[in-house]
Amino acid sequence: MLTLTCPCCGITAEETEFAPGGEAHLKRFGPDSSDADFEGYLFARKNPKGVHFERWRHAYGCGKWFMAARCTATLEVFGTYAAQTTKPPADIVKKIKAKRPEWEPQA
Amino acid sequence: MSTRLSKGGRLIDRAKRLNFTFNGKPMQGFAGDTLASALLGAGQVMLGRSFKYHRPRGIVASGVEEPNALVGLGRNARFEPDQRTTTTELFEGAETRSQNHWPNLDYDIGEINDAFYKFLPAGFYYKTFMAPQAAWKHLFEPIIRKSAGLGGVPKEADPDRYEQAYAYCDVLVVGGGVAGLAAALREGRAGKRVWLIEQTAHWGGRTPVDGGQIDGFEACDWIKTTLQELEGMANVTLRTRLMAAGQHDHGYVIGLESVGDTRPGADIPRHRLWRIRAGRTITATGAIERPLAFAANDVPGVMLASAVRDYVVNWAVSPGDRTVIVTNNDDAYRTALVLLDAGLTVPAIIDAREATHGALPQEVKARGVRVLEGRGVARVLGRKQVKGVEICAQAGEGGAIETIECDCVAMSGGWSPVVHLWSHCGGKLIWDAGQAMFRPDPERPPLGADGTAMVQAVGAANGDLTLAATMGGAGLGACSSDEAPMTPVWQMPASAPVALRFKSFLDFQNDVKVSDVQLAAREGFESVEHTKRYTTLGMATDQGKLSNINGLAVLSDALGQPIPATGTTTFRPPYTPISFGAITGEAKGALFQPLRRTPIQSWHEAHHAHWEPVGQWRRPYCYPKSGETHREAVNREITNTRANVGLLDASTLGKIVVKGPDAGRFLDMLYTNMMSTLPVGKCRYGLMCNENGFLMDDGVVARLSDDSWLCHTTSGGADHIHGWMEDWLQCEWWDWKVYTANLTEQFAQIAVVGPKARELLNRLGGIDVSREALPFMQWIEGRLGGFDARIFRISFSGELSYEIAVPASQGLALWEKLVTEGKDLGVMPYGTEALHVMRAEKGFIMIGDETDGTVIPQDLGLTWAISKKKTDFLGKRAQQRPHMTDPNRWKLVGLETLDGSVIPDGSYAPAEGHNANGQRNTQGRVTSTYYSPTIGKGIAMGLVLNGPDRMGEVIEFTGEGEARIKARITDPVFYDKDGEKQNV
Amino acid sequence: MKRYSMFAVAREAMRYHAGWERAWRSPEPKKRYKVIVVGAGGHGLATAYYLGKVHGITDVAVIEKGWLGGGNTGRNTTIIRSNYLQDASAAIFDKALQLYEGLSRDLNYNVMFSPRGLLMLAQSEHERRGYQRTVHANGLQGVSTQWITPERVKELVPILNIDGPRYPVLGALYQERGGTARHDAVAWGYARACSNMGMDIIQQTEVTGIRRQGDKVAGVTTTRGEIDCEQLAIVVAGHSSVLAEMAGFRLPIESVALQAWVSEPIKPAIDVVVMANLVHGYLSQSDKGELVIGGGTDGFNNYTQRGSWHHVEETTRALVETFPIISRLKMLRQWGGIVDMTGDRSPILSKTPVEGIFVNCGWGTGGFKSIPGSGFAMAELIACGYSPLAAEFNLNRFKEGRFIDESVAAGVAH
Repeated sequence: MLTLTCPCCGITAEETEFAPGGEAHLKRFGPDSSDADFEGYLFARKNPKGVHFERWRHAYGCGKWFMAARCTATLEVFGTYAAQTTKPPADIVKKIKAKRPEWEPQA
Repeated sequence: MSTRLSKGGRLIDRAKRLNFTFNGKPMQGFAGDTLASALLGAGQVMLGRSFKYHRPRGIVASGVEEPNALVGLGRNARFEPDQRTTTTELFEGAETRSQNHWPNLDYDIGEINDAFYKFLPAGFYYKTFMAPQAAWKHLFEPIIRKSAGLGGVPKEADPDRYEQAYAYCDVLVVGGGVAGLAAALREGRAGKRVWLIEQTAHWGGRTPVDGGQIDGFEACDWIKTTLQELEGMANVTLRTRLMAAGQHDHGYVIGLESVGDTRPGADIPRHRLWRIRAGRTITATGAIERPLAFAANDVPGVMLASAVRDYVVNWAVSPGDRTVIVTNNDDAYRTALVLLDAGLTVPAIIDAREATHGALPQEVKARGVRVLEGRGVARVLGRKQVKGVEICAQAGEGGAIETIECDCVAMSGGWSPVVHLWSHCGGKLIWDAGQAMFRPDPERPPLGADGTAMVQAVGAANGDLTLAATMGGAGLGACSSDEAPMTPVWQMPASAPVALRFKSFLDFQNDVKVSDVQLAAREGFESVEHTKRYTTLGMATDQGKLSNINGLAVLSDALGQPIPATGTTTFRPPYTPISFGAITGEAKGALFQPLRRTPIQSWHEAHHAHWEPVGQWRRPYCYPKSGETHREAVNREITNTRANVGLLDASTLGKIVVKGPDAGRFLDMLYTNMMSTLPVGKCRYGLMCNENGFLMDDGVVARLSDDSWLCHTTSGGADHIHGWMEDWLQCEWWDWKVYTANLTEQFAQIAVVGPKARELLNRLGGIDVSREALPFMQWIEGRLGGFDARIFRISFSGELSYEIAVPASQGLALWEKLVTEGKDLGVMPYGTEALHVMRAEKGFIMIGDETDGTVIPQDLGLTWAISKKKTDFLGKRAQQRPHMTDPNRWKLVGLETLDGSVIPDGSYAPAEGHNANGQRNTQGRVTSTYYSPTIGKGIAMGLVLNGPDRMGEVIEFTGEGEARIKARITDPVFYDKDGEKQNV
Repeated sequence: MKRYSMFAVAREAMRYHAGWERAWRSPEPKKRYKVIVVGAGGHGLATAYYLGKVHGITDVAVIEKGWLGGGNTGRNTTIIRSNYLQDASAAIFDKALQLYEGLSRDLNYNVMFSPRGLLMLAQSEHERRGYQRTVHANGLQGVSTQWITPERVKELVPILNIDGPRYPVLGALYQERGGTARHDAVAWGYARACSNMGMDIIQQTEVTGIRRQGDKVAGVTTTRGEIDCEQLAIVVAGHSSVLAEMAGFRLPIESVALQAWVSEPIKPAIDVVVMANLVHGYLSQSDKGELVIGGGTDGFNNYTQRGSWHHVEETTRALVETFPIISRLKMLRQWGGIVDMTGDRSPILSKTPVEGIFVNCGWGTGGFKSIPGSGFAMAELIACGYSPLAAEFNLNRFKEGRFIDESVAAGVAH
């Protein structure tokens, strides 16, 4: 049973207040994309045993989507940040590196 | 035989006698008794039968670790099987029954298993009962199932109430013994929000029984003063009878509080489930004494040494007149002192150690008790009650040196810290060779949300077994008798021959013996998890609290490896079993799930609607009149609507407002067709697909103003679609200026349908709903008969139809007004089934019927609703993939049975031949199928291979069993093909 | 190998069972094998077994990071059924069911397959239509299922409340041949049989790398050194993504926690398996007497084998509502497993971008029931390069949009 902090309204709440939304920072591919790009967009998923960037929605709160950096092996949450980004912000990356020096962000 | 002592008993109130029964026999105990102490006090030593061999069994322990003394408690609707007598408080009128025997406790047919024990070692069932194939299901399994299981099956629904509650604290201290009290005191003084919880009804843990001094005070006095100080702190909450069942991630702890167990029928909850969010958990859960493995160590009267002194000190119950103590440590000598103080006899102490020099043995010897050093128990004599023990050399093979008569054996194999809460979320353990136990490894604690330690272990739970060590850990001085080192003993005697090992029990309830673990090791079940599963060691209702360490020590020995190399099995919640009732809480019956009610729900209830669950709504399926079947009611509702006028409560329909400068652009991405070009005042039917191209939802969109649209969704889809919109707006097109609001419950919506609909609205007056003023697929706003109404002229039935939306608060009144005003017009409500049939008669698709998550709009002949102009919309790219453009996709058609019958729901159309896996090929399936009262026969829609090109062709559909139904492929519009009925 | 039988047990009883030999050998790994299977769960062991039994390939090693059968094989709710809607699913699950029916004798190991019957309750009109569709589909697939009335449901399961106030039972999809088996025994039985064919089951050995020669597999690197192979089967469920990454490709897989729990043991209370999908709960009773309950999956990626508590509450509520008599029973133990979910929630049995590497994963919440069929098809795919049972489950389907979607029968509400 996770607790997460919504970066939009600032509330730390129970997992049941949020709805998970899968991998973060997926790039959408539309009508002109290649088969491989489109398949990758819909299905290829980073599924690391370790640091993972993912989407959540504060569904039973402010309703806003946000991102979380979380370890899938320990469930440690490194931080949450606004959904309006295309990659993990530098401060989050720095924080993770400080705790997990061996970790490298995946392409 | 066990009996009640005339003096003492610190937890009982002799002034309050309580009556109870055991197997129908009346007995008496005292307030403060547990069922176990009351039964023992009443002389009842044998309490049940074991799981596999049906051996007679009695009480072993005094707490949660008890494996044997489980009873059925209560009767009828309040019957509960497998109730642990050692933790159940006695109450007036308690009815208890022993378990797992037939015909009765004394004479049990199942005992034959014990006679054949040699044929029934661990896992014998994997090697037998294989032939013939049917015999397992029909012969062996039923016998095994009947013989297994423990308690009886409840026969009635539970009449009791259960509560659930939340608590938040900085520090949760689990365990109200002296370690927990000291921890709570420290944290409380530091100003933390502290919860201190204790599973029993009493504070102090073992210390009041075992004695000693803390911080210069007698332990009992220290406990009292500490409690007083804690009670005075506003930041500290104290609760007894509250067991921490599980430590979950991010500091979430599930606790079970016993509230009304001792007052059946009282108007209070029976249990309360606590969901505690703790910044940190301090586990002060103590330790559990281990049995010793010697032959017939399961005979009633063989108990843990600590339990024996608990019964004497706490409840003034003597488990026996003559108690032989068998031990490998000094602590068990405390039992001798307690027994002697109570005037009971200790014929001998059998100590597996070669020498006993500790303070406690010296004290016991000084009081004239024989201490036999280097000795062990070869076997226990007696079957339903201990009669004596045969003494042997611990180092030998069990040759009897002498026999000592006794009626109780108190055994102690050392102690194991209760590390459950530490371990539930991955805290690791280290092996403490000196005390022969696993204890928490402070270097590898379970981690919380921030990656730091979430649980801390203190006191005996941390491996600090003596009072001095425990209080030292808390920074307090304490003294108790010094204890000399123990010596691990995993089998008694050390070289016991196989015949003795076959009777040396490790897991009492599941009848797992030393020989079983050794057999598992021999057969290659080397992992402790393999051995557990092969032998069922530790899988009983005590979850291995008594057996696990002994079992894995025997396994390690058999494998010739050190105990840490074997490791432990995984500790899983709950610490002790918790009722399903408590997990359920109040959410049962009418409160099982939230019920969404439309503003008109009460009218439907009053008019005997037959309900259909739709998500968390309940919609009227039909409104049967007395004597009418549902089918007849539906037909009547359809016929009346097509002839006169019908009313449908459409309030559940999703209503989402999308507004902003970029709203049109956004809706063009969401819908397959163009919404930005929709003129204000008009309505347009739209389709929504997911990114996989599959049709997801549909509905009518109305343009309310230059920058706002109202999107109707399906009843079940509203929340999902709203979330879907927000997802795209917040995460993909976050620079687009669009706002959405889900107004589904803000409006009541009533469909007024049928040739007399206009007349009915005219009677209400206030809005011109003529063909000219409000043409098809337009909407209008105003005051309708005094109601604030927005009227959409749209139709899902093919009839002249208006959907009237009013603020939710006006919904019921409008409905009632329509019913009253339309009486002479023949107005009648209709339900969802009539809705379905009428739309099928018109060939309209229904999300969830024609679609199932794998259907694209192109399959349904809805190409007209897919914009060719737009460069992009959600699902467009996916619909370009080979499987989506495959000309062999099944396409929507109408189906008419040749004989007028109704094709069954879900029917498939078989094709010639079979596929590579021998399955019959298919060429289509039915998606909607109904009896149409309008047309007077069965009609259906279906997806058929090349269907639109096969009009008029007759194909077969599957009926009941092997039956086939012939149907002609037709246009899906069966009724009013030219739309004349709605265009009036 | 000494055959197991009642007589063997009786013979051994005379000498206190001192004569039983190891159920499987624990060998040192060889330098190379024809086929390496990574993962000694049910699927991996079954793959090896049918490679030997059907295709005569016995130069096989099964490499296991922990102990065999210790993953999802040993932590599921042991339900077996083949009443699937889509042809491809029904084919492989029914193959599994057929093999289960004879498995104890085939393996000379009692896996306690118990065809006690399985019910899927319909509690909405939508669900009713979905299950009736399944009955029709099953009929053409050669899978015997039937639609039964609420009254028949009550006869089969007297403790079931068919008249619940919110979701009364409208009928059920009944598969008489469905049931349960003893999950550990399935792994142990296959392991014993594989070992007996001369295959090496190498436990406590982790694959840390996959070696390639160009586009072709060369072998694996393990915590016990390098081992070469011609063909490599990755059969590791929740850890498939981690292994695929070692081999240099990505899978459409996400790993999430799925939970189960059991009650304390009671005397026989329910003789069939019941699934109530609308309210999210399923229940059966083990031979030991415990009620076995399965919960829902978490929506977030997780490798901890611990799920979120709210699922326990939600499912327990659903079951107390469906079976009111269980309210006073107690939950004895809860646990979690890591299941691998694909984009369409159907499995992958496929060749991969690397020649010689095969994957078998994505069984999600339905892995146990498919073990023999999955192993049979996988062995055929490895040995022959093609298996009709596996054909539809290839990786290309995601590119083509050719979903095998089983949620269809119980899909969206209208």
